[in-house]
Parts: sequence; structure tokens; C-alpha cells
Amino acid sequence: MTELAERPIDPVVGLHMPHESAAFHATGAAVYTDDVAATTPGVLTAWPVQSAQTHARVSLDVAPAYEVPGVVRVLTADDVPGINDAGIKHDEPLFPSEAMYHGHALAWVLGETAEAARLGAAAVVVTYEPLPSVVAVTEAIEAGSFQGATRTVHRGDPERALAEAPHVFEGVTQMGGQEHFYLETHAALAIVDTEGQVFVQSSTQHPTETQEIIAHVLDIPSNGVTVQCLRMGGGFGGKEMQPHGFAAIAALGAVLTSRPVRLRLTRQQDMIMTGKRHPFHATWKAGFDDDGRILALEATLTSDGGWSLDLSDPVLGRALCHIDNAYWIPNVLAQGRIALTNKTSQTAFRGFGGPQGMLVIEDILGRVAPLLGIDPAELRRRNFYEPGQLTPYGQEVRHPERLETIWTQLRARSDFDARRTQIAEFNARHDDVKRALAITPVKFGISFNFTAFNQAGALVHVYKDGSVLINHGGTEMGQGLHTKMLQVAATALGVPLASVRLAPTRTDKVPNTSATAASSSSDLNGGAVKDACQQITRRLADVAARLLDADPRDIRFSHGKVTAITQPDRAVAFDELTGIAYHERVQLWAAGFYRTEGIHWDQEAMRGEPFKYFAYGAAATEVEVDGDTGTSRLRRVDIVHDVGDTLSPLIDLGQIEGGYVQGVGWLTLEDLRWDESDGPGRGRLITPSASTYKLPSLSEMPEVFNVSLLEGAAEDGAVYGSKAVGEPPLMLAFSAREALREAIAAFGPPGHSVVLASPATPEAVFWAIEEAERAREAAEVAEVDATGAASSGDEAGPTDAAASESPPPGPVLAPLARHRR
Amino acid sequence: MDDIAVTVNGRRRPLAGVQPQTNALDWLRQTGLTGSKEGCAEGECGACAMLIATPSDDGGTMWTAVNACLVPAAALDGQEIVTAEGLGTPEAMHPVQQELAAAGGSQCGYCTPGFACSMAAEYYRSSRVAEVSPESGDSDGWTGPNGFDLHAISGNLCRCTGYRPIRDAAFALGAPEGDDPLAARRAEPAPAPSHTRLETDVGRFIRPATLDAALAELAAHPDAVLVAGATDWGVDVNLRGRRADTVIAIDQLPELRAISISDDLIELGAGLTLSEVEHRLDGGVPLLAELFPRFASPLIRNRATIGGNLGTASPIGDTSPALLALGASVVLVSESGEREVDLADYFTGYRTTVRSADEIIRAVRIPRPLAPLTAFHKIAKRRFDDISSVAIAFALTLDDGEVTTARIGVGGAAATPLRANATEEALVGRPWTLETVRAAASVLGSEGTPMSDQRASSEYRAVMMQRSLVRLYRSTAPERAEVPA
Repeated sequence: MTELAERPIDPVVGLHMPHESAAFHATGAAVYTDDVAATTPGVLTAWPVQSAQTHARVSLDVAPAYEVPGVVRVLTADDVPGINDAGIKHDEPLFPSEAMYHGHALAWVLGETAEAARLGAAAVVVTYEPLPSVVAVTEAIEAGSFQGATRTVHRGDPERALAEAPHVFEGVTQMGGQEHFYLETHAALAIVDTEGQVFVQSSTQHPTETQEIIAHVLDIPSNGVTVQCLRMGGGFGGKEMQPHGFAAIAALGAVLTSRPVRLRLTRQQDMIMTGKRHPFHATWKAGFDDDGRILALEATLTSDGGWSLDLSDPVLGRALCHIDNAYWIPNVLAQGRIALTNKTSQTAFRGFGGPQGMLVIEDILGRVAPLLGIDPAELRRRNFYEPGQLTPYGQEVRHPERLETIWTQLRARSDFDARRTQIAEFNARHDDVKRALAITPVKFGISFNFTAFNQAGALVHVYKDGSVLINHGGTEMGQGLHTKMLQVAATALGVPLASVRLAPTRTDKVPNTSATAASSSSDLNGGAVKDACQQITRRLADVAARLLDADPRDIRFSHGKVTAITQPDRAVAFDELTGIAYHERVQLWAAGFYRTEGIHWDQEAMRGEPFKYFAYGAAATEVEVDGDTGTSRLRRVDIVHDVGDTLSPLIDLGQIEGGYVQGVGWLTLEDLRWDESDGPGRGRLITPSASTYKLPSLSEMPEVFNVSLLEGAAEDGAVYGSKAVGEPPLMLAFSAREALREAIAAFGPPGHSVVLASPATPEAVFWAIEEAERAREAAEVAEVDATGAASSGDEAGPTDAAASESPPPGPVLAPLARHRR
Repeated sequence: MDDIAVTVNGRRRPLAGVQPQTNALDWLRQTGLTGSKEGCAEGECGACAMLIATPSDDGGTMWTAVNACLVPAAALDGQEIVTAEGLGTPEAMHPVQQELAAAGGSQCGYCTPGFACSMAAEYYRSSRVAEVSPESGDSDGWTGPNGFDLHAISGNLCRCTGYRPIRDAAFALGAPEGDDPLAARRAEPAPAPSHTRLETDVGRFIRPATLDAALAELAAHPDAVLVAGATDWGVDVNLRGRRADTVIAIDQLPELRAISISDDLIELGAGLTLSEVEHRLDGGVPLLAELFPRFASPLIRNRATIGGNLGTASPIGDTSPALLALGASVVLVSESGEREVDLADYFTGYRTTVRSADEIIRAVRIPRPLAPLTAFHKIAKRRFDDISSVAIAFALTLDDGEVTTARIGVGGAAATPLRANATEEALVGRPWTLETVRAAASVLGSEGTPMSDQRASSEYRAVMMQRSLVRLYRSTAPERAEVPA
């Protein structure tokens, strides 16, 4: 075991702890960015002037806004002293001269009240010179509207392997995006303090980048800007790149008016203006042998990037690196490109392209299993990675045996085989309602693909009285990072948890931080906190060794007591030792640093070892589908997930359950719709509110929800043997989608392959059931006609090697279109 | 007008600086009570939930959870409310807060104060504890062993937890302690309605004392917006920037809060909230009893009134199809008198009705006897807290295997809620058989002009209407459950 991963005896990590702010959350005492603004005297409110067209050159007449009582200032491009860009790729003008999507913010009005600012924004006259727009991803493909680089992951000879494969299938898989719907919308509050420093409170996952963008907009160095993130009311990736422009607007307003400026998007503004999970379109061709082993995969993934690049390039990279999920695919050609469309600029969202890549292979396996005549659960298991095998991008898959272990445990704990039998009996008795139980695996790579981001810093202060204050570069968005960091610090210093306090994330405490993203913040910041604490304990050990007449290497810190292993009966209290150390002029604070070792990535070649390790898991989900309406219920979910040796079991459980349900939302309920017609509303988001965009509510909670953590799973390469947990559980929700598919299939003839839209909304499920029922009727007719001849459904027979399963007309997401005869 | 005030967390606070359009949430936050959060500003997420003291059956008070974002602040004049800060503090948490915190019921914490308030309302429901028994808890898991009905928190959205720990926290709650001040408060009467008149330079908010006074105000201000629960008006104000010179609050008018049941008529005061109607009818109108749990969420039903749902005349408001099937009529009153309009004749177009500007909906009348066979089918993405793609309400009489009366109300199939007249004709006088039902179902599938929107396609809506009648038939003939669709 590495020194990083090793735990002391009786550690504080691993203890069952509620969220460090839980009591504040529940009582309304936890303060979020706009809560500070609510009680800031003299604060101005910023309100956007939004484009009413989807793509147009624009010019503004702001004078009428100044006629509105309470309007203080209108911010336009002319006010920007520095670089007019909300991003770092020079493709996101903060004040655009060309509206790139419907609702694009063109200018901002500062008012004494939100009402005044809103009325002022409405008074600004915008003149549009319309330009042609691209809305649907399929339009972009047809028009060749792309942005950024194309990427290719290539291994072996897929062309030849497909030519020789006994079974070849091809199809189209299209999947919708997802709105983050963090309960707290984007918010920022800026003031210029007495020393001329621009101080911005921002609901941001990436305070350093927020700081840098404010600095370049204001044309001042980074040391003139401090960004603080108290906590976020949810982030999920939506506040990794997107908050910067809003913070810059608030900062610019504060500088120009010398007054505090707040900016908080309404829910509709947030949904209309900010980026979401990328919708993807994929075409694929997959070859299998007679036993169902995957021989080759060719796929072209097109992500819908929206109007600017944002994080689309790395999202695409992760999608391509996860198209294998848990499966060994010897021959692969996976190509990716990013569509440029006149929509919100799609961004990071829990999983960061991984879910989209994995959905492709899971969709393939779910669709072909019946055609191969193999149980989908068995088909999946048969293709698991084995020790020694490499991913398509050339990284060895470490611990693939954990997949098999998890799978076996999960099948046993979920009583999989017996329940499958019961379900078959239930389905035989019911024509209108069908159930199914499906099991799917997750393998997810941990680390930022971009190697430089895999570093972190921390600042740990031990005061003379023995109390501890820690700072680190990560932000708290509900995921429990701060709780884990408190536990790491208490463990590393050997003090009770109660003596450690954590101060809000600020760029003037820990500089040059990476985004709190990629599930890796506990690994990175935990490493940095531990490093800082160990610097301090090393210094204190020298002091203690003199007091206890022992060798410094024998000094142990645990639960506020400092002892020498050679003399367990003698001890000095930690808070006494710190006082003594101070008088001996020993430095009681330290800056910690961590960099992930042993990773490298060639972005152009798409080869290397980008991930420190893989997180594994599997879920078994039982659904019940109502054939009359297509509505469904999650009857029972069982999960076994690998979090290494958990830092904080209650926190990890929350991430697993919450991630699963959020994934179920993406796959079955949450339906982003843009107006793709040629009518006057073209390009408008038509689901811009909580009443039109439905995320899971209490009624979608699994009725039985059993989660267990894989035991004996310590990870050698991460702090205290733990593993990342933020993103991987989202993809456990594939089991719900596959269970829906199998339940729908139960309405059809044996061997019926179900083509299912994503999201599989009740309506989409309903049309898939209709198709299954039509296939059953056709099969029954055929059976009668053929009087005992070999059955032939309307699908290509699995033994027909040359024939491909013909994809349905149009994209898979369009059962509605198909239904309109 | 300067002395309007509300009791918040036990302390009287002047409603200073309030405008007619200011909602209770914004006002609370301005006063420093920032525990209440804005998650959607349209009553969908519950992050702003607060407790309001309302009258209980026994003359005391019950704590009712509502969405602060949809309540005009001026409507709180004279009332008593409690927010998450008033339930407890980090050092001395309320039992619901303790359970939420300990169970991992909060992650980002933004929805948590709202959940705490919704949970507290159910915690203090006086009939809850009486229901506790070792065997209590229903089979589909919606009622806990402590009598906690999870529907109470179905109007609160959480994006982080997946809800399981929140459910466990709710089911772990005990009974209020003897010295619990909010429990004790229930024994005293709820605050009486205030007769509020707020005038500012942008408009006025008026809560008249009597129906006559309200009609006089309406005659004086013909452009006034009438609000009761404001669950629709509040959305217009918050999301669409609508403003009114004059807002007249009519939900507390005693003339609009009566309920009477005779042999041939049920009359429901238009100002009763849906929760009050549900409670007062106590299952007496099975069709409505089936409807109410599917109507939005408790946070909405605790404010939205039965008259308001007809006043807004939304084609997807769920009470309309049910009331159409019940053959209900609307009692409209103005200074020149009262008239009764059959609900089938009431809607004239998209959100327009025969109600003239000087009229107030006083009551809804449901004729008795009720048809014996009723059902309410709501098709929506989510089981709870959702808006219907299509809603179908049935009220049929079968006599000796023959359909003798049929009334079918449909929402979501046209610009107005409508009666499925052609389908009714295809049923009445015919035997209640699969043949009849199939023929009538295809008629029902072609009623109205359902459209395609973000909730559903027109085809799906039409098929759901068609299937709905077959489902009803199956429910009456369980032995024929194998009827193909």
C-alpha cells in the first residue's frame, strides 16, 4: 500500500458523518451567494437584454432604458476595458454583436431593484438583421456545421473484422441532453472593496477560472480579483464554465458604478441561457461472434455543442474514451465531431460525455441481445474486460476482476434469478402490464483527461490553541467534499473532527485551482490537505519527541493525543503541543500540494493513460410498465458500487443514490425540446421552466432501494484508499433504461428487438410497446401461415451474417415522427 | 395602509415597502429571512415552502404548507407564518430538521428549508398521530409507520438525493413534544382575515370584507384582477411580468367559503381551496376524490381554489374535466344579481369564458344523485406534481347492463375543456359491452383537436383518450381483464 493510501489506526475518515452543513441546510441558516446579496445595502440588480431571434446581427439602442425610473446603468460592449470574452477560447463574446441563439444575453441593465432592471431591459431597442440558423443536430450534420477538432480512437482493423464477423448490426442511436436544474440558479455578487480589490462571490465550480475571466474582462491582473464560493445549491457540471460571464458582468457593473452588483438568473433565464448536457447523435456498426462476443465496433459520434465550444472538446474526448464501458472490443474505430448549432453552448454535466459514449454501447447490446438469442445480462457479462486487456486508447484496465465480483454479488443480493422467474410468471398472467429486471455495469475513468488539471492545493492553519482551519481549492456543491476534507484533515493531524473548521473556498487562500469536477476533487484536494497536515505533524513530531524522549519517527497523532509508540502510557495533548511548538518558533501552518502521478494523454492521437484508475459498479433495476399509457414505476433497485475504501459512507451513499436517480431522469423523463420548425419560434427552447421540463420527483423514487459498497476495495493510488464517486453512479441508471426495453419486449414476440428513444418518456415507451404488439401480431400471423416453419419476425435473423439489422427510418429519438404516417 | 403586518416566526413584522406584485418569498428574503429559496418562482419546486396558520375543523389552527413565491405579500396581512428559521436553529433544530440532517436528507441544501416546512406541516397534522399503529403504512409505501403521508412532500423537488433519505427522515418522525409551541398553537383559533387595502404608486391590493364590498370594488375597477390562491396569477406575475393596477383578493370572503350538501345538490364555495374541498367532501364525490391527489401538489392545493381553477379557464386545469363529467354549473354573481351557467356552456375559448368583468364566481354546483360509475384518468409524465397531457373524467350510469347516462369531460384536447358529446351519444342507450366501448372509444379518440407540444404529441393524446374508455370498461369487468386494447 502506498503512503498516500494507507490509513492510520482508528481514522476519522470512514466514519458515518452527515454533511458538514446539514444543520445549517435544514434550518435555512446555510448562506448561498444571492442570500448575501439580499442583505447587502445599496446593491444593484443586473438583468439581461435577451435576443428574441435565434441567429442575427444585432444593434442596440439603450437610451430608452435610462428613461425607466431606477435604471442606473446599461452595460454594453463599449464598457469592457479588457477582453470581451466570457470564456477562454475567444468564441464567447460577453457582449455579442451577433446573437447566436434565442435568448442570448446582448447587454445587461443595472437597476435599483430587480423590477427596475427588468423594465429597463425591456425598454432597450434591439435591431436584428436575421441570419440563417441551424437548430437540430441532424440539420448541422446535413449542413456540415461543425466546430472544434474531430477526434478518433482507433485500434485493430475494424473494417476487416466487420467484414468477417458472423453477425453484424448497424443502427442510429440518438439521445437528448439534460438540464442541470441545480436548485440554485447562477448567481454572483461583486463589490469593489476599500483597497480597490474586486471581490466577487460566485456560485462557481471553478473559482480560479472565474477570477481569470473577470481579470481579462476588466484588464487587471489576477491579483486584483478575489473570487469566493461559499457553497452552491447544486452544480453537476453546470457551474464549471458557465458562471464566469455572469460574475464578470457583476464585476464590471461594480467597477463602473462603485456599488455592489448582484446577478441571479431566474429559472427561465438559466434554462434559456446556460449550457446543458450535450445531446448526441451516433451511427454505429457492430460485429459479434456466435457466442455474442463483440468483435468490432465502428461508430461516429456527433455531439450537439451549441453556439460555442465551451467544454465540448473534452466532453467528446471522454465520450469516445467510454464507448467501451466495461467491455473488451478488440477492433474499434470511434470518430467524434462537434456540431455547431444555434442553441445554448452545451457544457459539462456529471459524467462529462462518458454517459453519452456508454449509452451507445449499452443501446447496441440491448438491441442486439434478442437478435443473437442471448440473455442481455449474459451478453454483457460475457464481454467484460479481463486482466491484461487494454482499452481502445491503450490504457491497461486495472482490477477488471472487480466487475465480475460486483456482478456476482449483485446478482445474489438482488435475488436476480428467482425474481426473473417470478417476473416471467407475472408477465404470462398480465397482458396490459409487464415487468422486467435488467442489470448493467459501469466502468468509469477517473482523472481529468487534460493532465495539467490533475493538481490541487490546500492551506492548513493550526492555531496556538490547537484548533485547525483548513482551506482547499475545491468547492462545495452538495457532494460532500468539505465533509470529506474535514475528515481527511482530522485523520492526518490526529485530532477530533470538532477541532477542525473549514473556511469557504477563495482564490486568495489557494490559488491556481482546478475546477471541482471530474469526480476527482476528493482525490486531488484530499491529497493536498493531507500533504499540508503531514508537513505540520512532521514538525510537531520533533517537538513531541523531545517532550516524550522518543524518536520523532515513533510519534503518533490520534484523536487529540500525541504519543510515542514506544511509550504508549505517556501522552501530550495536541492543543498543549501546539502551544509549546509556537514558543519554540515552529511553523504551525502549511500549504499543501498534490499532483496525480503516472498519467499522460496525447489528445491528438487519443492515446495514453489518462486515468489514475477506474471506478466500477453495477445496478439491477426492476420496472413495471403500463401498456395503456407507457408510464412506468421503479419497483426495486439494487446497486453494488466500488468507492474504494470509503472516506465517508453516508456521503458516498448519497452520491450513489442521487446519481442513479439523476441518471434515470436523463434517460426516462427529462425532455429538452427546442422549436425545430421553420415557424416564428424556431430555435426557442420550449421547455424553459419547471412546469415544462420535468425532473424526477418523489413519485419517481425507487420503491425499494438497496445500495452496498464493494468491500475490500482499497485503491492504492488515492487518498486513504478511496475512490471517486461523483459521476460514476449516474450511469448505473442504464439498468432502468434496459429494464424498460425488456419490459416493452415482453409485449412483443419472442426475440423482439426494441428500439427505444432517449429519453424513454412514457410516450416514447408507449410507441415502442405499440411496435412490439404489432410485431407480435405479425409473428402470430406468420406462424399460422408458415404452419410450423422456422419463425421469421420482421427483424434480420441472427444467423444471417451478411444482413444488417436495418435501422429505423430517421433518428432513434423520433418515434413521434415515425408514428406520423 | 402603512400598518399592514404579518407575524413571522412569532414576531410581528410590518409589511413595509411591499408592492401589490411583491410575493411573500421576495419579501421574506428582503427582511433577511433568506432560508426560503427561489427555485422556480412558479410553485413547482417547493424550495420556498412556508407554513401558514389556517383554521381547522375544531375551531383551532392547523399549519398549512404553501409556496411563498405565489402568495402576494400583501395577502399575508394579519396572518401568521413560519419559515425554516422559525422551526429551529442549527443549535436547536426542530425534529424534522434533525431527522433530515441526520439521514443525509440534504446535500446541496438549497431545497432543504422547503422540505422542512412541508414535512413540518405533516408532522403537525392532528390526525396523523392518531393513525399510528404497528401495521400502519400502506402497501405502496406512501404512508409511513408513523402515519406520515409522503404526498405531503410531493410538491418539493430535490436534485441531489434521489429522495430516499428524505423519505426515511419523514418516516422516522415521532409525535410533537408537549412543550412544542407550534403544536400548542393549534389549540387557538387561526387569525381572522384582515380587510386589507394597500395602495402604492404602482397599484393597489384590496381584500374586501364582504362579497358586496368585493362586487363594489370590482364595479369601480373593471380591469381588476381577481385572485384567490394566486397560484396562477402568481406565475403570471413572476414569469411573465404581468402587473395589475388593482388586485382584489376574494379567497377569504365568507360568502365564497360555504359548503352545502342536500339531496339534489352539492354547492361548493368558490373560495374553498382544493385541499379544503377534498377534506370537507371526505370522499363523498368519488370522482373528485380520485382527482385531488393527482392535482399539482399539496403546496398548490393548499392555496388553489376550486373557483380559481375555473376562473383561469386553462384547458389543462384538472378540475374542469371532472366537473364537466359531474354536470356541474357555475354560480356567477355581480351587483345586478346572480346567474347559474352550465359548465359545458361556460368556456368560450382559450382561457376565455362567459363570465363578464363585473362578475365573481361564487360557487360551483354539482347535481345529485351522482352517477355511480366514475373515473378520472390523468396522463402525465410524472405520477405526482405534473400537468396533464390529457385528462379524461367519466360519469356513467349503467342499468341492467345498459348505459343510461354518460358524461365525459376532457382536458388537454382543445383550447377549452370540453364535453365529449359524440362519445356520450355513442354510449347512451347501448349495452355496456366491449363492442359498444370499442366503437365509442374510437369516437372519443377523435373528440377535440389535441395538439402536439412539449408534453405530448397530438397522436399520443388522441390514443390516450381512446384507450381511456377501454380502461374504464376493463375496470368494471375484471373477469374480462384480458381484453385486448
